[in-house]
Amino acid sequence: MRHVISVLVDNEPGVLSRISGLFSGRGFNIESLNVAETLDPSASRMTLVTRGNDQIIEQIIKQLNKLVNVIKVLDLTGSDYVEREMALIKVTAEATSRAEVLRMVDIFRGRVVDVSPKSYTLEITGDEKKIQAVINLLAPIGIMEIVRTGKVAITRVKKDGANSGEAREKDIEP
Amino acid sequence: MLNTDPRAGGGKILKKTGAEILIECLKLEGVDTIFGFPGGAVLSIYDTLLKYTEEIRHILVRHEQGAVHAADGYARSSGKVGVCLVTSGPGATNAVTGIATAYMDSVPLVVFTGQVPTMLIGNDAFQEADIVGITRPCTKHNYLVKDVKDLALVIKQAFHLARTGRPGPILVDLPKDVMADTSDFSYPSKIKMRSYNPTYQGHPGQIKRAVKLIAKAQKPLIYAGGGVILSNASKELTALAQKFTIPVTNTLMGLGSFPGTSPLFLGMLGMHGTFQANMAVTHCDVLIAVGARFDDRVTGKVENFSPHSQKIHIDIDPTSISKNVLVDIPIVGDAKSVLKSMLKVIEEEPAQDWPRMRAEWFKKVTEWAQTSPLNYKSGPCIKPQFVIKKINEITREINGDEFIITTEVGQNQMWTAQFFTFTKPRTLITSGGLGTMGYGFPAAIGAQVAHPGKAVIDIAGDGSFQMNIQELATAVQYKLPVKVAVLNNHCLGMVRQWQQLFCDQRYSHTIFEVMPDFVKLAEAYGAVGLRATRPEEVEPVFREALSIHRPVVMDFVVDRDECVYPMVPAGAALTEMLLV
Repeated sequence: MRHVISVLVDNEPGVLSRISGLFSGRGFNIESLNVAETLDPSASRMTLVTRGNDQIIEQIIKQLNKLVNVIKVLDLTGSDYVEREMALIKVTAEATSRAEVLRMVDIFRGRVVDVSPKSYTLEITGDEKKIQAVINLLAPIGIMEIVRTGKVAITRVKKDGANSGEAREKDIEP
Repeated sequence: MLNTDPRAGGGKILKKTGAEILIECLKLEGVDTIFGFPGGAVLSIYDTLLKYTEEIRHILVRHEQGAVHAADGYARSSGKVGVCLVTSGPGATNAVTGIATAYMDSVPLVVFTGQVPTMLIGNDAFQEADIVGITRPCTKHNYLVKDVKDLALVIKQAFHLARTGRPGPILVDLPKDVMADTSDFSYPSKIKMRSYNPTYQGHPGQIKRAVKLIAKAQKPLIYAGGGVILSNASKELTALAQKFTIPVTNTLMGLGSFPGTSPLFLGMLGMHGTFQANMAVTHCDVLIAVGARFDDRVTGKVENFSPHSQKIHIDIDPTSISKNVLVDIPIVGDAKSVLKSMLKVIEEEPAQDWPRMRAEWFKKVTEWAQTSPLNYKSGPCIKPQFVIKKINEITREINGDEFIITTEVGQNQMWTAQFFTFTKPRTLITSGGLGTMGYGFPAAIGAQVAHPGKAVIDIAGDGSFQMNIQELATAVQYKLPVKVAVLNNHCLGMVRQWQQLFCDQRYSHTIFEVMPDFVKLAEAYGAVGLRATRPEEVEPVFREALSIHRPVVMDFVVDRDECVYPMVPAGAALTEMLLV
């Protein structure tokens, strides 16, 4: 089964390599991986998507926790969270298809971020299904290039207002 | 980013060079011995060491691998953190096997490596290697110190990480310019790392459940590993076994954690375990794993491992739990602390007549011991098992409990595990996880440095001994009276055994056609060489070796065709043992 795992790590050189080395060394797979600084510049947040049965996911989480530079590991799968992915899509836009491409951008609430006489570059944000849907619809028109970010994910604020994500960030104390 | 300001810890503030800070930190950590080999990148550290000869003893090895194994033997035999210092590039890469060995067996080490100056890092400079990158997967953690201001805190963290939680090797890479640079120095007295908090206390609810399960078990078995020795929990383990009348089997790493002379002891389990231990683990109804990690050499075919038991697993490392074998009651915590809590909870349990309750189980266990005890056939030439039995007998007679046995890897190691009786923790020092040939001799040197008064004996094979034989010079130079008992079968015995059993006796490259004369070689190094070629010479040779207060190499010319039995072929179930 597919799991979205959010990992809070020290923002230090070599940490990414410790994480990716752990996955390759132990034969775990990574479908996508995203890293960026958090509010606290001494920590980074990684969102990684991986696949495995319960025993493997349990090992992945334990092994991540064991790394000295890992502050917190959270398996988002099964909890309430929002996920997004962005894709930049360079698509052919000749006279016959320019309008169609723009309609598509409009329907999917994307944006045109670069224009040339024969192409558009689109920015599409959404969950994986939406991105896939856009790609499927644009493919017949002619996709020249795609760059995707992979998933980022964040927990939802509970009805009672408790923000579990924020509480976690507070765990980072120097 | 480092988490604490090094100046926050108090103490006097003085300007010192990186090299001085390093040595001052070592002193404050209580380090009095380091094992090392100099080179260009660590020149200033070695220069500084000269000023501290009274406080820090440096043992000059002959190969960096030897330095790490010696520090490892020092650490395992004493429980202290072993320290070594090597230069950049090849010095560091030579240390990798030693580091990986310590990592697999959870040995607390701090390895300092020299590095090229920071402005040259990444330039393919002379003797440059990305040792932090190379050792990332075989250290508990590692550091590259880029600023002398971070040095004291990094060293503090390194020692803290090495000795706490599940211990392990930490590497600290020290660029040459950082060692020459100066900084204020004060050593942080306390350490807090936001992302590192090992669990020591077991969960009270889990401990209660475990005790209840043990209390009603009909056929319980304790399976104890190296974790018991690392956490100094032998006393508690023994108390638990005796209190509840539970038989005990040890992993290779666990030997010595439980008295081998106890009637409750079944010997080692696993691939070359005793018939008794493997049958017991297969038929028990409750298996209590303490500080062991269900290694493939222990479990054999995982699906058939202890199929009828409910399993309790006590380990400080959560990743060890349910990694290979699913357990019913996991308890994350330090073995000593958890066992203590269990003993306390037991007091609250209604007392039962445990010996009577387990009588049936013991009858069965004793039967297995009688069906197929450890054995070998005597012959006209020396049997390796006989040598080990003699070493066991005579060492005990002369040295009592004041001895340390190290082994190399292969048949010599397995026969030692089978035929030597270990009664105290830290008396067997062996490379279990990585199985590093060439480990035993330098480890013996380290153990002898830590315990000058004890008899330290490396039970070796001729193959393994040759892998770090250069350390004879180290033993002679520092007057370390290490004894090496070479079980010389003129071949790579364990591989040959596998070829005999699984390759239809096609002996591919396992016979040494050229062998050094170990007696002459020992003499060339300034050590003593002795040889035995007939069974009746074994005892006098060993007695003579023990009486000499110098390094001695004993060349026991043994039967080449002898195999280690019982043996569970790789991937087979524990009950599918090949017996003598």
